[in-house]
Amino acid sequence: MKPFAFGRPGDVAEAVRTVAAEPAAVYLAGGTNLVDHLKLGVARPDLVVDVRTLTSREISDLPDGGLRLGAGSTNSEVAADRRVRERYPVLAQALLAGATGQLRNMATTGGNPLQRTRCVYFSDVTTPCNKREPGSGCSAVGGYTRYHSVLGVPAALPDADAPETCIASHPSDMAVALAALDAQVQVLGPSGVRTISFPDLHRLPSDDPARDTVLAHGELITAIDLPALPAGTRSAYRKVRDRASYAFALVSVAAVVTGDGPERTVRLGFGGVAHKPWRATRAEELLHGRPLDEHAVRAAMDAELAAAQPQVGIDGGNGFKIPLLTRTVVATLRDLTPRDLTPEATS
Amino acid sequence: MDAEISLRVDGADHRLTVDTRTSLLDALRERLGNTSPKKGCDHGQCGACTVLLDGQRSLSCLALAVAHDGAEVTTADGLAPAGELHPVAQAFLDQDAFQCGYCTPGQVCSAVGVLDEVERSWPSHVTEDLTGDVELSSAEVAERMSGNLCRCAAYVNIVPAVQQAGRARA
Repeated sequence: MKPFAFGRPGDVAEAVRTVAAEPAAVYLAGGTNLVDHLKLGVARPDLVVDVRTLTSREISDLPDGGLRLGAGSTNSEVAADRRVRERYPVLAQALLAGATGQLRNMATTGGNPLQRTRCVYFSDVTTPCNKREPGSGCSAVGGYTRYHSVLGVPAALPDADAPETCIASHPSDMAVALAALDAQVQVLGPSGVRTISFPDLHRLPSDDPARDTVLAHGELITAIDLPALPAGTRSAYRKVRDRASYAFALVSVAAVVTGDGPERTVRLGFGGVAHKPWRATRAEELLHGRPLDEHAVRAAMDAELAAAQPQVGIDGGNGFKIPLLTRTVVATLRDLTPRDLTPEATS
Repeated sequence: MDAEISLRVDGADHRLTVDTRTSLLDALRERLGNTSPKKGCDHGQCGACTVLLDGQRSLSCLALAVAHDGAEVTTADGLAPAGELHPVAQAFLDQDAFQCGYCTPGQVCSAVGVLDEVERSWPSHVTEDLTGDVELSSAEVAERMSGNLCRCAAYVNIVPAVQQAGRARA
């Protein structure tokens, strides 16, 4: 492991000034992803700045009925919070579907959405990877693609040598729920505070796959706010994986259903299928105000996935994700709105 | 680069100087001679290094020692007074819940954490009602212990061991 200096500033403002002033500085919170990357040589900072005990660990009610999760609250604490379990089951379920008890006790609200991809080539410093080493190429194209993207990628076999190519997926379960909830990210940076809507926090590879989020160097997540939800809102998270426990998602779905009849809105977040937690805005539009019977949901998913690109791979590729994702959405919405499947509702 | 830290481990206070790169696991094993937590994968995947860190089951291989200055650490060795067995350790003996024993200190610390979490009604991925009480069914134990791998595959006896310790507590 490359040597690094360790900083423990007195408060978050000092932490932000310290990291902003040092290009090779990184923040440390729970450490579950960063410490592993330090060992693997994937992260090679000169300075590690510890913010774990500087950001708030509180989970507090907001005046409008929402909930503020301090960036230092752990994934365990958020999943166990009574208010989260009662009002935001999609978030509690997403957290509990991720990692293990030990990891959830360490991982934080601020850190979880900023974890890096689990693409095996990103973690292996001996292989080309545009995310780890910009311009070196993408080893995942035509390689192991089971945990890789089908949405937001240009082709079934993108140019492996192009500097912008990256088919990695974002691994966080929590982030998929936060995207579907339209959570608001409170950020402190060198020039002050700003709020980022969660679906806008992460980015597609575009021309710079090294960047996972829109955060500038030095910007620090201080809290994540969950908006108040109208009474009667139902939500759930459904994850499909290779093992029953302790595995990343092949596909996952976060669904939030609000209102009934023509006023009904559906919000859908997808995990395991894109470089960022995917908000299915096209499907959401098509399902607005409609009974969520299987036919309607399948039609909406056909539109959402029209541009999906199954990736060719030595492991058989990942085209299975496209029908699997549709089936997972059907099952999630069926569980949330069982009455929509009755003949009266579908006729 | 070196840093001076203090740790309270199994009830004893220590001051030590560590390289900033030292994991809590290496600090415990190599610097303090406490070989109860084991190094399995060293990447947070196997759970052999599990300790109670400020009361919470945690992976000591993914914790930088320097980031836990002042922490209270309990290893499997410190769960009970010298010469006595913690009820979870006793349950592992009673149920024959190990073969080679390498993963066992991590399993035992993790199980202690599981029982604390169940007592606080923390739900898990397999808990049917997120807001209700938790029954320590075999499915609940398997899910909650999924971060502790056992290459001997003693799982069929580990699950009853955790349940036995849970019943003894209730």
